[in-house]
Amino acid sequence: MPRRRDEMVPDAEFRSYYGQPVIKQPIWHEPHMPAYLYLGGLSGAAGAMAAAARLTGRDRLELAARMTAFAGASAGAVFLVAELGRPERFLNMLRVFKLTSPMSVGSWTLAAHSGLTGVAAGSAVTGLLTPAGDAASVASGLSGLAMATYTAVLLADTAVPSWHEGMRELPFLFSGSALASAGAALMLTTPRAQAGPARAAAAAGAVAEVVAGGLMERRLGLVGEPYRTGRAGRLMRASRVLTLGGGLLATVAGRSRALTALSGLAITAGALCTRFGVLEAGRASAMDPRYTVVPQRDRLDAGHPASAPGR
Amino acid sequence: MAEQRMGFFTDTTVCIGCKACEVACKEWNDVPDDGFVFRATSYDNTGALGASTWRHVAFVEQDGRWLMSSDVCKHCTNAACLDVCPTGALFRTEFDTVVVQADVCNGCGYCVPACPYGVIDRREDDGRAWKCTLCYDRLRGGMEPACAKACPTKSIQFGPLDELRERAAKRVERLHAEGTTQARLYGANPDDGVGGTGAFFLLLDEPETYGLPPDPVVTTRDLPAMWRWAGGAALALAAGVAACFAGRKP
Ligand code: SF4
Ligand code: SF4
Repeated sequence: MPRRRDEMVPDAEFRSYYGQPVIKQPIWHEPHMPAYLYLGGLSGAAGAMAAAARLTGRDRLELAARMTAFAGASAGAVFLVAELGRPERFLNMLRVFKLTSPMSVGSWTLAAHSGLTGVAAGSAVTGLLTPAGDAASVASGLSGLAMATYTAVLLADTAVPSWHEGMRELPFLFSGSALASAGAALMLTTPRAQAGPARAAAAAGAVAEVVAGGLMERRLGLVGEPYRTGRAGRLMRASRVLTLGGGLLATVAGRSRALTALSGLAITAGALCTRFGVLEAGRASAMDPRYTVVPQRDRLDAGHPASAPGR
Repeated sequence: MAEQRMGFFTDTTVCIGCKACEVACKEWNDVPDDGFVFRATSYDNTGALGASTWRHVAFVEQDGRWLMSSDVCKHCTNAACLDVCPTGALFRTEFDTVVVQADVCNGCGYCVPACPYGVIDRREDDGRAWKCTLCYDRLRGGMEPACAKACPTKSIQFGPLDELRERAAKRVERLHAEGTTQARLYGANPDDGVGGTGAFFLLLDEPETYGLPPDPVVTTRDLPAMWRWAGGAALALAAGVAACFAGRKP
């Protein structure tokens, strides 16, 4: 008889409390959170490319990468602070350092990365403190690698089924997308003679992003469903088309400014769709109790209940 | 821990759905209005735990019986909300309970999707996260939490966790002997995915029927693996960038 409640959620062999969610949805807002995820990735990969350009002596590409990395980190920080319920308490983020909190690790990473990219960009613009600027540019390569990947842990380290279970592929999805985004931005802002690595990054990142996303949706089974259905599904499909199309175009655009611009825009739009899509899929998976209850119930029925950490 | 671990044992078999716990909690803790909405599904007019609902009485109408259960923050042994809080606003008290410091919380909202039970939430007008404190102020004053005090049937019992667990095990034994074989404890097992909870329950049906996750896990259990995967992706990104720059300069 209690099964009657399940009529609210058709085709579901599970029980719930009037079809209500078990966990809370992520409360992060649009466009703040997806914009931050995009900008953080863009800035991180741009930092890595600035370091590589410095080490291989591509000065024009490095300049563009320095500026992109700094702009991405600063704009991202604005979105992040605006997202807080108490923005004036932003500095409380740096009150402690907690390895168990990806948001704490991320806040410190962002602080370090914005500092480094700020010095690198400031020195490039003013021509002052060149050695410090160059050193910061190389160092922002390392902070950039952390920037482009920690956000995947940020999402996975929640009870949200489609995020938590996606812990393996999400970092590759985000870092691939970050590489594509930075490639797209840099091939638009670097003279053609030095833009080769940017085009390669755009194309390689696009492929990595699409492959990681596809693998994730396939491996996750039931909790991969929110990535394929509804608004999240539409966003993820749009992202795939835009990213692959843009990546392909980057390799054949050649001398054409118009085609290069089209490619860059498509990749950027694709990267944004990915972030909005992942946020939306997380919300959908939290809202429908099926994604929380069914895997847990299956685990219990199979005689493999979860166990506590360290046991 | 200076003190003993304190907790709640909520025996739902004797709950009469009077909501005295909800009211007492609101009064003592000055919890604002959470909307008085008739949901048309049951006698439930608070719906779920949230920023302004720290005790929630669930009503499940079934053939021949009516299940009622007063839900609350579980004060987990391994608390995800506390683990992920970046400001240290969430902390573990000397009673081994989990409490938010309102003067530190910056409303980042991370604890909200981290809780495997959907307990903690952000008040949008106030911007900060709120949940049951297990009446931290009353405990420090040597008193029991307001909900336990107000509960007329002793469905909500407060005390040292060891004692509560013993008492609960005996209660289940007796219920089984009397023929109520569906009686089971929820959250009393220190080997479960959250390491057991400081607030545990005696239920008469599967947890999901009451809106509780049947086999919750503290998300940070898998955090080392997550960092490893992210580390792998960071290395792959470095390799990818290097490969893009490998070509000869024109
Ligand atoms: S039930 Fe949720 S809010 Fe309460 S201590 Fe556990 S994780 Fe934190
Ligand atoms: S909302 Fe407040 S209590 Fe929750 S994780 Fe952020 S700072 Fe900590």
